[in-house]
Amino acid sequence: MTTKATTGALAIKGIVALIGALLLFAPFLFQDVRSLEVAARICIFIVLVASFDLLIGYTGIVSFAHTMFFGFGAYGAAILLKQMGPGWTPVILGGLAGVAVSLVFAVAIGLLSLRVKAIFFAMITLAAASVVLVLASQLSQFTGGEDGITYRAPDLFKPATKVLTDADGKVLSLWGVKFNGKLAAYYFVFLSSLVLFLLMLRFVASPLGTVLKAIRENEARAEAIGYRVVAYRTFIFCLSATIASLAGTVYAVWLKYTGPDTALSFAFMIDILLMVVIGGMGTMWGAVIGAVLMVVAQYYLRDLMGVASEAMAGVPLLPELMAPDRWLFWLGLIFILLVYFFPKGIAGTAMEKGART
Amino acid sequence: MSTLSTTLGRMGGVNLLPFAVAAVAFLLIGAPSSWVTLTVAGLAMGMMLFLMASGLSLVFGLMDVLNFGHSAFVSFGAFISATVLAGLGGWLAADSWVLNSLALAASYLAAICFGLVAGWFFETVIIRPVYRDHLRQILITIGAMIVAEQTILAFWGGTPYSVGRPHFLEGSWIIGDVSIEIYRAFAFALGAAVFVMLYLVLNRTRIGLLIRAGVENREMVEALGFRVDRLFIGVFMLGSALAALGGAMWAGYETLITPALGAELMIVVFIVVIIGGLGSIEGTLLGAILVGLMANYVGFLAPKLALASNMILMVAILLWRPNGLRPAVK
Repeated sequence: MTTKATTGALAIKGIVALIGALLLFAPFLFQDVRSLEVAARICIFIVLVASFDLLIGYTGIVSFAHTMFFGFGAYGAAILLKQMGPGWTPVILGGLAGVAVSLVFAVAIGLLSLRVKAIFFAMITLAAASVVLVLASQLSQFTGGEDGITYRAPDLFKPATKVLTDADGKVLSLWGVKFNGKLAAYYFVFLSSLVLFLLMLRFVASPLGTVLKAIRENEARAEAIGYRVVAYRTFIFCLSATIASLAGTVYAVWLKYTGPDTALSFAFMIDILLMVVIGGMGTMWGAVIGAVLMVVAQYYLRDLMGVASEAMAGVPLLPELMAPDRWLFWLGLIFILLVYFFPKGIAGTAMEKGART
Repeated sequence: MSTLSTTLGRMGGVNLLPFAVAAVAFLLIGAPSSWVTLTVAGLAMGMMLFLMASGLSLVFGLMDVLNFGHSAFVSFGAFISATVLAGLGGWLAADSWVLNSLALAASYLAAICFGLVAGWFFETVIIRPVYRDHLRQILITIGAMIVAEQTILAFWGGTPYSVGRPHFLEGSWIIGDVSIEIYRAFAFALGAAVFVMLYLVLNRTRIGLLIRAGVENREMVEALGFRVDRLFIGVFMLGSALAALGGAMWAGYETLITPALGAELMIVVFIVVIIGGLGSIEGTLLGAILVGLMANYVGFLAPKLALASNMILMVAILLWRPNGLRPAVK
């Protein structure tokens, strides 16, 4: 199936390109710490959401274990960075270990439960993820329990590191941006995310991606044509687990902290789910838009809601519902309405508009 | 080998599993008194889990709808009954068991009424538009669960909420060196009564016959002229009410509840439903008791493995019987 070039599709791609450009120059455009934090989080989430979209949008599998794989990658790097000290070896080894564990889990869950109904699979992944979460908070000698692990990133990413120096031996700065370790860390996150995202983009355009769409549209028919549905589903589950795990490793290096809340919690999983659905399932572009909207909302909408909550101080109950912590309430409502009226999400709906012949 | 399996089958087949688990645990634990205490606790927990899970299982069996928001009914039930109990604090503290039980009954009734109304609302508003579309069902019910959880947070706040317990259910009976908490025995008895009622309704009445037939083959029942969708609303409301009742009982069992209660229990409820096999209340009961017993035994023998034990149980059972122990639909 060739995608028809619609004005909507062009617009969406334009927006994604714009987002990409903004992220590329983020350290220069938004020069405070918080914005850089937001930008890095957006990069990671784009990869994570896109890899989740491979499952839910392209193959029609609902998995709740995606954060589990993300967590394996994050904890792999975190534990080794803590034990072996900062350096590249623990990052690489930890990343690989995370991928290996993720693959073992993905193959086991996949072969065990992808044969049965989609709903069983959703429930089993949910159960598996919750068990891993409990284990992570209980095996505190390895994982730091509820407190998580704090560690140091490789030396290159220390804020004091001079990546480029000017003639005086000081940190070179360009338009007020210092070329220090923080900048290097951001570009590490950005480039890794970009590579992973482009890989996925290439993948969904490949013949294999087409087979997956065929399975989503009509499982029985795909099976009848001669594709082994279970094998393909298990494969895509493993692929998306691998990518999620790598994203976890990158995030662990960026954040220099890994704990249940940043890598494994159910709220995190809900975030990913919301991003995929809001952005639009079954389009890689939707993942980008969903991730950007949600992360920006997470950071800035709360401030706005705090103002609204104070403004309504006299009204009963409304201030409670407008409190910054209740932002998920509104998001949940928006989510339900989106699933009813625009099941294809923002990108999917927009891309159908303005068909050109 | 085959004679062994026929003998086992004649003795009750998979229904023997809880007994087998209890027997193995007896050997591992060694001390009979702690074994009895743990078994009673496990049975009580199993019965509460059964209440929460039975609705989910029937709803799925009848209409192929899986409600990920089911846990919302559980937590609402818990919080509503706790609020009613707090409101009737005077009755609860009174030294007469009549007033005590009136307060308790009022709190349970409030939870059940809420479950009925919320179930009706949930079915018509949330689920009706997405029949026969699993992906959107999962997403919509997840959304509803988020909204429900946030509503609880907005009303009751995030701090743990303490639940009053009627005076006559406090304490425990001591028989020899065995101590049995009264509340656990009470929970078990109430759960068992509900199970018997459900069983009788499903197996002895015309409505029950229709429900069972609908689970088996919905199209056929519809073709014979029955409105399965109306039946379905009824089952959904009943299931929600039972979940709310389960939540209310759980609140009394825990005595300190947080809004995260629903999400925590949901996992266990899913495991119960998967183990038991979707669509049959006997299977759900079996799964619930197995999970309850396992959770208590393992919690005693190896505390760190408590939640993982349910997962292992589920994997083992799924490897053995991919559709659960006693699925209604073969």
